[in-house]
Amino acid sequence: MFGLPARFAIDAASLDTAFREVQAQVHPDRHAGAGDAGRRVAMQWSTRANEAYQTLKNPLKRATYLLELRGADIGAENNTAMEPAFLMQQMEWREAVEDATGAKNVNALDKLLRDLREDKKLRYGKLGALLDSGADAPAVEAVRQLMFLEKVEDDIGHSLEALDA
Amino acid sequence: MALLQISEPGLSTAPHQHRMAVGIDLGTTNSLVATVKSGAAAVLPDITGRPLLPSVVRYDANGVNATGYAAQSQQVSDPRNTIASVKRFMGRGLADIRATYGEKLPYDFVDAPGMVSLNTAAGVKSPVEISADILSALKARAEQSMFANDGGELVGAVITVPAYFDDAQRQATKDAAKLAGINVLRLLNEPTAAAIAYGLDNAAEGIYAVYDLGGGTFDISILKLSKGVFEVLATGGDSALGGDDFDRALAAWATREARLTVLTAVQERRLLVEARAAKERLSQGDATFFSLSLDFERTAGLHLTRKTFEALTEKLLKKTLVATRKALRDAGLSVEEVKGVVLVGGATRMPQVREAVGTLFGQKPLTNLNPDEVVALGAAMQANLLAGNRAPGDDWLLLDVIPLSLGLETMGGLAEKVIPRNSTIPVARAQEFTTFKDGQSAMAIHVVQGERELVSDCRSLARFELRGIPAMVAGAARIRVTFQVDADGLLSVSAREATTGVEAAVVVKPSYGLADDEIARMLKDSFERAGDDMQLRALKEQQVEAEQMIAATAAALAQDGGLLNAEERAGIETQIEQLKQANAGTDHRAIKALVDEVNRATEEFAARRMDQSIRRALTGRKLDEVSF
Repeated sequence: MFGLPARFAIDAASLDTAFREVQAQVHPDRHAGAGDAGRRVAMQWSTRANEAYQTLKNPLKRATYLLELRGADIGAENNTAMEPAFLMQQMEWREAVEDATGAKNVNALDKLLRDLREDKKLRYGKLGALLDSGADAPAVEAVRQLMFLEKVEDDIGHSLEALDA
Repeated sequence: MALLQISEPGLSTAPHQHRMAVGIDLGTTNSLVATVKSGAAAVLPDITGRPLLPSVVRYDANGVNATGYAAQSQQVSDPRNTIASVKRFMGRGLADIRATYGEKLPYDFVDAPGMVSLNTAAGVKSPVEISADILSALKARAEQSMFANDGGELVGAVITVPAYFDDAQRQATKDAAKLAGINVLRLLNEPTAAAIAYGLDNAAEGIYAVYDLGGGTFDISILKLSKGVFEVLATGGDSALGGDDFDRALAAWATREARLTVLTAVQERRLLVEARAAKERLSQGDATFFSLSLDFERTAGLHLTRKTFEALTEKLLKKTLVATRKALRDAGLSVEEVKGVVLVGGATRMPQVREAVGTLFGQKPLTNLNPDEVVALGAAMQANLLAGNRAPGDDWLLLDVIPLSLGLETMGGLAEKVIPRNSTIPVARAQEFTTFKDGQSAMAIHVVQGERELVSDCRSLARFELRGIPAMVAGAARIRVTFQVDADGLLSVSAREATTGVEAAVVVKPSYGLADDEIARMLKDSFERAGDDMQLRALKEQQVEAEQMIAATAAALAQDGGLLNAEERAGIETQIEQLKQANAGTDHRAIKALVDEVNRATEEFAARRMDQSIRRALTGRKLDEVSF
């Protein structure tokens, strides 16, 4: 839809530009003077463009989609086996979040959030290298680990929200 | 002086003629109407030059007695029939209103199924009807201004709603416009409208936050502005928090301080009026005299400092800051990445608001706009764009989001999210469900909106049933429920059993919105009162729609006729010819039937044109074998 190469490392600016060019054609605002049929088609296309853009913009969704295209199964629901080292690290993250939440320490939570985002950045870099060199099996593992970390990030957000209120 | 163009009798007007469209800010306390005249957006004032229309309607036995300032001045003497801040009741039931605003409102509520109604001297009025009366006053103002200028017809309006309005509140607003006889070009979120006005005037690029504290609602939106695209990244707020709450906090304080007991409705109203005036005085000075002349016998007053006022309202202000931080987190941004903070809404004149927002973002907020007018001006710009008054290349694109997650009730009263909040609209998402019992033949579908996990904590939007599921063992049926949210942020839901194709669809309305027959009844009432001819109006509306259809189809055929084969083209042309003939007559039903037919006949054509324009947009880009 956006005329971009199907790989993980995509140029964010090109994606933005392509998305905007497509939306500039299909958005319902551009078809406000059309009949019902034209407006309906515009809404459907605009919906598809949004969906595609959201999938490609988010690195985790993009990786998952790419692996699906290649026929690799993420098995997020069924396969919960993880590397022991990662599980340990994951538990440490969760404990740190719980401790900071319990102590109502907003600064500690903010720091955890920053550290987590740093860690994710490194992991996404590695994931990209794996995906674009065709190493699908380790890429699946990396995606599943990142799914866990995204959940930890959500939890930090919820804790901050609760302390905020 | 521009030369007047006069078209030959019987010929339709030239397509490049300016089509007047307006932007309407339907506010809790004040409403405005604006339009773009010779390239610049301007608020249309009333005959005495006042830009605002207080959102107040007074009723008497004959119907609408007064709107705006004239109604506002009767608020103290006739509180029961003088309805102010009706926006707070849109799409809300009596229980909601009692829970949010307590027992203190001076109105005679009638608990109707879904939305509350108010008993007035003119009979029972729904908040939709009262809002329609405000919209009618604004429409009259716009038509008067057009008449004074160059005549012409109002093609439609962009009406703003708080970004945090849920589906029921949006639907109610659209219904009110329909009742007022206004063609809604788009429902536009208030902070987004403000961003358009600010962004276009200042050629702004980058991340901006719009903090909009109005009379009754609070919104925070984070937007990315770049190259003519306004993309909302996240939005948040509270649809029941605004300047009015600051007034109420002050009135409550005065009641406590002066040990006032058992106030009458009139006294309550007077106290609130003084609270608002005192609040406004405190935006200029550090202290003021809070007058307590509640009746003729007692005249007294209290000394009120700004410090006291700030302490009384600290909690309210904090709520807005919590929502602001949450929106930033949702957008995945830190405060340092925000280039500017635009303040909107009269309540942002309070110094403590400016200070708190400035501290949170680490920069002085932008206050060079008129906080009362900026939303209406942005809406007018968008209306002008949608009416087709701007050349391609000289336009912009708006990408907005839904403020609250949409979901379905699943087993155990849990809400399953189908579309998460802050999804860019239009958006569609499907979810599959299955049967719970062997041989289950129907499934109840309950659509909810909100972030909480329990259905009982979310807002119920609609309930409908999918019937005729063939007998299967539990878990074998595959029911696909599809949510579609359009560019107005309005939801429609359909459900389909995959193995048999049994289908059910609903435009989300019943739970809190109004059913179509209720709208029809209100329309009839309003015509009877106005002595207007409903048939005539229906015919006129239908003719306008048919003309639009004929013009749009002709333009499409001229431009892309090559996408059709001779037979297809002839078919469409025949139908257009029939529509033209019917349109010259007086049977609005016949016109409607033909419009629907042309719609069906041109669906495939519209799809091909869209394909082509996307391909055109992407030519020159190298396509890999597999591409996104």
